[in-house]
Formats: sequence, C-alpha cells, structure tokens
Amino acid sequence: MRHFLAIFAIVAAISAAGLVTGSPALAVEPDEVLADPVLEARARELSKVLRCVVCQNQSIDDSNADIARDMRLIVRERLVAGDTDDQTVAYMVARYGDYVLLRPPFQPNTMALWVGPPFMAMIIATLALLFFRMYQRERVASGSPEPLTPTDRAQLDALVDKLAAEPRRPRRQSGLRAELEQPFGSTGSGGNGSDNPAT
Amino acid sequence: MRRLLLILPVVLFVILIGVLAVLTLQTKEGRDPSLIPSALLDKPAPEIQLAAVSDDIPGGFAGADLRGRVTMVNVFASWCVPCLAEHPLITRLAEDGVPVYAINHRDSAPEASKWLKVNGNPFTAVGFDPEGRASVEWGVTGVPETYIINAEGIVTFKHAGPITAKVLKDTILPKLREAGE
Repeated sequence: MRHFLAIFAIVAAISAAGLVTGSPALAVEPDEVLADPVLEARARELSKVLRCVVCQNQSIDDSNADIARDMRLIVRERLVAGDTDDQTVAYMVARYGDYVLLRPPFQPNTMALWVGPPFMAMIIATLALLFFRMYQRERVASGSPEPLTPTDRAQLDALVDKLAAEPRRPRRQSGLRAELEQPFGSTGSGGNGSDNPAT
Repeated sequence: MRRLLLILPVVLFVILIGVLAVLTLQTKEGRDPSLIPSALLDKPAPEIQLAAVSDDIPGGFAGADLRGRVTMVNVFASWCVPCLAEHPLITRLAEDGVPVYAINHRDSAPEASKWLKVNGNPFTAVGFDPEGRASVEWGVTGVPETYIINAEGIVTFKHAGPITAKVLKDTILPKLREAGE
C-alpha cells in the first residue's frame, strides 16, 4: 500500500511538472500582437513550428531571444501583407534553411531520419522472431518430458490432498510477542511450556 | 547461422559506437554541430536598402552595390566584443583592397558612430539596421558574421563568429580567391 502511495505521488509530481513546462510563459510581447485576432491566431500557430535559430531547440513562440522577436514580427508582417501560411514558412526557409523548421520535412536528405526508426524496428522484430523460432525448435528437438503414468498421477493427487487437508500452521511469533499476549499473572517459567518443553 | 544471430546485435552496437566516436572526434578538429549552414549560399545576395548610420559615416548601401567585383559583408555591433577582436583583421583586408560593406546590427546610431571613430572605419559603406530586419534577410544568427559575395552578386561563403588570424589564412583568403575566379 505504501508503495502504491509512493508511485502515485511520483506520477502526480511528474504530470504536474509536465503541465507547468507544457505551457511556458509566452514570449510574445503585447506590442507585437496584431489587431486582427484571426491573423494573430495564424501567427501564433506559425510561431510554434518555426525554430529560434540561436536557441537550438526552442520555437520562436517560446523564445525571448532578440532574433526570435524579429522573426515573430516578420511572420506577422508577411501575414499582414497577405501571404498564406505556406508562403510565410517558405519565406523563413529561404533565409534560414530547413533548420528553421522544428519538424524536419520529408525529403531525400532527411530520409534516414524518417525511415531509419521503422527500419530498425523491423530488423529488431525479425531478429526477435528468429530467436523465438530457434528456441522453440530446440525445445522440440530435446524432447518434452514423458507424460505421467496413472500411478504417478495417483501419488501426486494424494500428496496434494494431504497438503490441502493439513491445518495451516500458525505464524511464528517472536518470544516477546507471545509473552505480551499472555494473560496477566501467568508469566514465568510455565508460560510457554507447551511450545518448547525442552527448556 | 545461430552464431551469426547471436553476434549480430554486438556487431551493430560496435558500429554505432564507432560512428559516434568519429563524430565526437570531428568536433575536436573544429566541427561545430551548433553552426548551421547558410541558406543563402550560392544564392543572390538579398536586395535590401540600408540607410547610413549617421552623416559623418560613409554609408547606406543596397544589393546593387555588391555587384561587379568580389565584396565582403560584415555584420557587427558596437556592443559586440568579438567584433572588436576581429576589427584589425577586417581593417587589413580592406587596406588590401577588398571592399567590405558592414551591417550595423541592432545598435544605436550614436554608439555605432562613436565605435567607428574610436576603432577606425575600414568599411566601404555601413548600413544601419537597428531592428535587425536586414539581418533576417541575410539569415544572420548572431554577430559577428562575414559573407563573401562574388562579382555576380552571389553569396559564396559565410563565416559565423569572429575572424581570427587562423580563419583568415585558412578559409577567408582561399574563399576570396575562389570567389574571384
């Protein structure tokens, strides 16, 4: 029970931390926000997929870096100018390369990245299957044990019945506990006499 | 067959460690995974019009100024210490006849103009970029950065970080020669 409580506490702590880090303080400054809520919403969505180029792994929506601010402003500038989402992203890619996309595109130079993991999973699954087959074949080859004869069976049943019929032995108690549970006045040499007659 | 199956995972693991070791050793020889290649390489320099920092600093330039001969564009700021460190080398390049244009990145006009007066102004022209707008056009990720542009106005090389004597000798000069061919 105590283990369950401990595990529950850890899981709760992790998910709480996830909630905190999952919605970080927004980097967007009030003066950047567009008057048109629809355009602003599009800008926010685009900001989430564009990488802040000096922060390695933060989107421009999350980053407080100067350059992230510049990039946010340019995203808004392009949207106001009438660009579509794709055109705005293409504008950034033309200047900073594919690196600016947090989600790498599927193209020849990223093939290993996208195809690699499923490919490795397939290899591992094949290996696991081969190992399993080999193991099974070995078991068949070494032969399974002979089935029980009726006499063996009867002996086994008798043993099981005997075990089941035996009353469960009381749990062993420490001498201290036994002493505590004795009625008052009966402590002394004769207290545990029936259990350990030798002493 | 059985032996092979047992050894295969070990072999794959050793290969993986080998690849990682090679990549790690390369960083000792100067490979920096945090540096990103410029998207502008082999593309025309951005057509952008920049104003002068102040009246007494020769400046303001546009994309058209970068055509006709091999030029360099250096991104600097008065608050940027590595820019100060590379300044003598930029000055030497300019003295040797390479036209060096500058983008003054996220700076204030008085600060930039004072910096250029104190440290010398080797630049053919300085463009003022207080909002970092031009820097985005150039795909600048930090200061200092230096670009080489050939006579057709195509960006042929980008160096991120300060130019040191070693960088100048090993990369900048050969790349300048290459761009001039």
